[in-house]
Amino acid sequence: MAVTGKPIDRKDGRLKVTGAAKYAAEFNQANMAYAFPVRTTIAKGTITAFDTRAASSVAGVLNILTHENAPRLKAADSQATMKSGGLLAEELAPLQDNKVHYFGQIVALVIAETYEQARGAAALLKINYAEQKPASDMKSELPKGYKPESFLGEEAQINTGKAAPLLAAAPIKLEQTYTTSTENHHPMEPHATVAMWEATDKLTLYDATQGVLSTRALAAYFLDLKPENVRVISPFVGGGFGCKGTFLQPILLAAMASQRVKRPIKIAITRQMMVTNVGRRSQTSQKIALGAGSDGKLSVIRHHSDSYTNLTHFFEPSGKQTGVLYAAPLREITYQVARLNIGTPTFMRAPGEAPGCFALESAMDEMAFEMKLDPVEFRVLNHATVDPLKKHPFSSDHLVECYRTGAQKFGWSNRKMQPRASRNGKYLVGYGMATATYPAGRSSASARVQMSINGDVKVMTAAADIGTGTYTVLAQTAADALGVSVEKITVQIGDTLLPPAPLAGGSQTTASVHPAVLAASEMLRASLMKLATMDAKSELNGRRAEEVAFADAKFFVRSDASISDSYTDIMRRNSKTMMEACATTMPASGSGLGAPGAPCSPAPTNQEENSDDKKYSFHSFGAQFAEVWVDEDLGTIRVKHFTSVQDVGRIMNEKTARSQIIGGVIFGLGAALMEATEYDHRWANPVTRTLADYHVPVNLDVPEIDVHFIGKHDPHISPIGARGIGEIGITGVSAAVANAVFNATGKRIRDLPLTPDKLI
Amino acid sequence: MRPFKYSRANTTTSAAQLLTTNMSAQFLAGGTNILDLMKEDVARPDQLVDITRLNLSQIKTISDGANRGGVSIGSLGKNTDAANHPLVRQNYPLLTRAILAGASAQIRNMATNGGNLNQRTRCSYFYDTAMPCNKREPGTGCGALEGINRNHAIFGWSESCVATHPSDMCVALVALDAIVRVQGADGQTRAIPFAEYHRLPGDAPQRDNTLAHGELITSIELPKNNFADKSYYLKVRDRASYAFALVSVAAALETDGSQVKQARIALGGVAHKPWRAFEAEKFLIGKTATEANFKLAAEAEMRGARPLEHNTFKVELGKRAIVRALTQALNGGTNA
Amino acid sequence: MNKNTPELSEEQSVEERIAADEERLLDELGLVGDSRRQFLGQVSGTALGVLAVQLLTGQNALAASTAEVQGATTATEFSPVALKLKINGVERTLSVDSRMTLLDALRERLELTGSKKGCDHGQCGACTVIVDGRRVLSCLTLAATCEGRSVTTIEGLAKGDDLHAMQAAFIKHDGFQCGYCTPGQICSAVALLNEAKNGEASYVTADVRQKSGSLQLSDEEIRERMSGNICRCGAYPNIVAAIREVHSGKTQAQVWQFAGDDDQAIFAVNEQLHTEEKPDATI
Repeated sequence: MAVTGKPIDRKDGRLKVTGAAKYAAEFNQANMAYAFPVRTTIAKGTITAFDTRAASSVAGVLNILTHENAPRLKAADSQATMKSGGLLAEELAPLQDNKVHYFGQIVALVIAETYEQARGAAALLKINYAEQKPASDMKSELPKGYKPESFLGEEAQINTGKAAPLLAAAPIKLEQTYTTSTENHHPMEPHATVAMWEATDKLTLYDATQGVLSTRALAAYFLDLKPENVRVISPFVGGGFGCKGTFLQPILLAAMASQRVKRPIKIAITRQMMVTNVGRRSQTSQKIALGAGSDGKLSVIRHHSDSYTNLTHFFEPSGKQTGVLYAAPLREITYQVARLNIGTPTFMRAPGEAPGCFALESAMDEMAFEMKLDPVEFRVLNHATVDPLKKHPFSSDHLVECYRTGAQKFGWSNRKMQPRASRNGKYLVGYGMATATYPAGRSSASARVQMSINGDVKVMTAAADIGTGTYTVLAQTAADALGVSVEKITVQIGDTLLPPAPLAGGSQTTASVHPAVLAASEMLRASLMKLATMDAKSELNGRRAEEVAFADAKFFVRSDASISDSYTDIMRRNSKTMMEACATTMPASGSGLGAPGAPCSPAPTNQEENSDDKKYSFHSFGAQFAEVWVDEDLGTIRVKHFTSVQDVGRIMNEKTARSQIIGGVIFGLGAALMEATEYDHRWANPVTRTLADYHVPVNLDVPEIDVHFIGKHDPHISPIGARGIGEIGITGVSAAVANAVFNATGKRIRDLPLTPDKLI
Repeated sequence: MRPFKYSRANTTTSAAQLLTTNMSAQFLAGGTNILDLMKEDVARPDQLVDITRLNLSQIKTISDGANRGGVSIGSLGKNTDAANHPLVRQNYPLLTRAILAGASAQIRNMATNGGNLNQRTRCSYFYDTAMPCNKREPGTGCGALEGINRNHAIFGWSESCVATHPSDMCVALVALDAIVRVQGADGQTRAIPFAEYHRLPGDAPQRDNTLAHGELITSIELPKNNFADKSYYLKVRDRASYAFALVSVAAALETDGSQVKQARIALGGVAHKPWRAFEAEKFLIGKTATEANFKLAAEAEMRGARPLEHNTFKVELGKRAIVRALTQALNGGTNA
Repeated sequence: MNKNTPELSEEQSVEERIAADEERLLDELGLVGDSRRQFLGQVSGTALGVLAVQLLTGQNALAASTAEVQGATTATEFSPVALKLKINGVERTLSVDSRMTLLDALRERLELTGSKKGCDHGQCGACTVIVDGRRVLSCLTLAATCEGRSVTTIEGLAKGDDLHAMQAAFIKHDGFQCGYCTPGQICSAVALLNEAKNGEASYVTADVRQKSGSLQLSDEEIRERMSGNICRCGAYPNIVAAIREVHSGKTQAQVWQFAGDDDQAIFAVNEQLHTEEKPDATI
């Protein structure tokens, strides 16, 4: 019986609940020193002088790095680093010149014997600037901005100007602007690196990264080292959400410091630096226009998104879901991007869809209300059966089932169309829903599977478990593919010495790495089988493969299970203490976020189940339902109940999968209700500097969250049929909440987050 | 954090003396705010005098003097213990609720009652040494006055400072007419009425309160009152828990039939000090305890409000919060 | 900086005010260990300096290199404090920089990295440990103040291979994802059980005047009482389920969509062979 899909406990659970799981900053080294970054107090201009006298006279200070004395790095260039296999978020090589691009930019590094000394001395470093007026007001800077041509190789501006005539002709139309705030990732573990040079050209990094290989490629590029001479180790990562592994500053600073003082160096950045130095989701202002016929069918959708950027080609792609959802014959999707002196925007959990679904799904709710249609029925009526832009069929689409299941599980039928119609004591009660969607990407990946004579199995791949459950689900796949108990399986990830795997981003690890683990396991099993069937001493000698089944670490004859041969016996007879196989899987869509080429034996593939994006469009779908209780006098909103139904392909482990969706929903509740990074435009400094000012949900903010999976395998993405699950949970949540608030109060709030002041 | 000397005081006198011999020394009690500020380089004492081992944590009924029958709370007792002491829960449930509205269980286990009074503002400009702030560095200007001031004061602010006092406990204490007992280095003691303990910023926002350097809070006294049956602490914030108040209200009523005999109302999150709503109280005395009168009382108080660019909402929110808190108080002060 | 000069002169002015009975005064001032050494060293010259050296003897010095550097510095640059405390039942002696927090002492000096640094400012709860029976934030606790205290960290909860019931419940209910907030959550939850037993109230307690013995906490009460521990991965409902189970002593049902009645058989190690499987069935 298969263990795949079963809600087994996390393989790494024991390590995590006993405090034994080691995160980057916890790899203390002998003779290690500490480095503390110094940040700018201006957002734009140049540094004219450093006064390091006071800081360097502090006891224990070993060195102070600035652009005047730091080791040289190669110029930051995301195109060049992409070629080297690294995903670079911020095009900024630290301590290389005197230019200041944003408030809080790291411009010096104090290295000392202890953390206390380094931090104490850092406060004494004085910097003189030639300050220029920074730009941080998106609205005023937008006209001077630009229209990006593409986003990660995909055309960005679609059907520009084509919607207007259809909108003019539409009998029913709606046009509204929706705004979302700048948000910070704030994983619980701040970025940390321990760097140590093994030789002048050989570097080891313990780092909190979502992808050891990407980080290695970037570090090797900047430091001009051979990638194979850089080892990145990252067994446990305290959350990422898009900000870890692509911001190289802490890594490069640690490497430079270690090079300078010739000792291992630890940098653990502060929570305050998590706000300024490792990315953010930019604010957006999105204008949605919908046109529909009197039959309720959409004829046109126009979605224009404004956002900002700095030191990157990245911008928030808020129109992504608008290219996928609803069957309107024409959709126009456009972008305008301002350039601001604010730290670099980057991928943050469901980039694009997170703010984009707020706009589109709020507009859909408004339109349904206008037309007196049930929001669920309105969506079902306009369901897109093929990808509206690419015109491909979806590889697997059960969105309508999500709506129906969600409505039933949630109790949607209790909802009253008319706002303010439901009350519980002093609370107004409202129900809202929204569609969720996220692309289902898959990249190339490699995995090695080893079996030792005692029956222990090791699965090795350079993937990451940032809380996603990778350790656990990879073991489940190998267990079933080999017919061994999951307890016998050890998973090794997070080390560049392991076979390549994509970084944990874009919800791709499950879709990408499992096929490789499966292929390697099957190769290993085939080798074992061959040894058995060709061995005169085996009970299975001469049997054909079709006659033989496997389970419980043995092969047996299908028609008579008593005729068997165990893996251990096979290996013993063949004098093998260990057997292994390594496989590389390459989806038809290309290597994607994985390493180019095939480092291991290419796995045999059936193109129908190999993510062929020329033939199919790969997306996950879901439906989000929220019940809110609004205290109208005080403007406070409590989400009392939430139901999330997800069509994400096969479920590899129902326990960890459910947790991923719950976590995504809570991330969405944060964006809906409280998260906002505020800047003071006079200085372009973030005013929400810490977790006391930037609110993320606490336990009391969160209700029970019901998660249901459709669970149907995606027949085209891979032989396994699982799509990623890390990001879709957040999408649509803020719209479901805002729509529920409208249903409760009659107030349509088009500006996130929905803090009390907006309801007063 | 700047280097500092760590000293542990064994007696109140020696503690106070250590401070008078070093103007840059500060007391260390729960540490929940001073350490935070030192890590931010906002506070730079060169000596911390650990007073946590002084014997000042008792909670007891006051047996003599003007406040006989009231309760005395030791300054170095933990917030958790004050909130949960039977004398406090029974007689001053308003204080219990206010303390429990603040911070988190862990912080309440660390923070002392005296330290709670001496919390500094949570204004982001105060915390960021790159920003101007008259409270942190007199003469540099107020960053918040024309900056992001959503969380700032609507009462009693000056051009030099618009910060608010962050405490919940103090809002209840000012409503309860508490007395702060302090002892100076010379052994002299004095009693400060709570409403006079904290200051408005005026042109010296660097001074939060009227305590002199080296003066140590020894206890907080709660006079006997008849509010226990009808009091409520309400806190409105951006998330459900573990956040500072947008507006908070301590409300207490003593009624004679349907008539208000005595009313105490104080607001948090609206001023440089816990704001006693004297106007609202004045209005209510002798009036019937109805929601309509609560509303008029709230309006009377809020007429004096002067909101800033981003916190106009606090005026309306404050009104509604006063009405809600009084209503809850009237109904027995439970969460029902 | 450099603040040395003015502060030294300030110390000298202190010296002038100290009379012959300085020993008695210093006792009364409560200057102990290294702060006393620093103080004496600065005010009293060489004779007392010998005493200072003796005070240092027998203490675990800082990392060797650090101690050497510190030897030449003044109190204003670096002020070591000698410390003896109990951690997870074991007595530990060390000398710390006065600025060192309990959290950094655990993580950087005592090889107890289970307690996590999430914000270092008391805003996330990842560093929660139990000191003298109560949950506190080790990031806002100076190590120096822990003299004589008893500290329990996440490493001290299990008894050998036997997990604490709360640890086991966190695994069962998947009360974590990345695991970084987990030690703090678990320490917090363990202390919470005791607070409930003591009848302590919370902000969501219906009536704080109602005197209570041991409390049976509602989910709302658990949520409020756990709100000082932030989990960015969003494991809150699972954390509540884990605590509910341990607190109530009743096994919490877990409902799974894809796991039928025979689900438990999956976990049996030596299951009978499943001949119905197709020979090439992969998973």
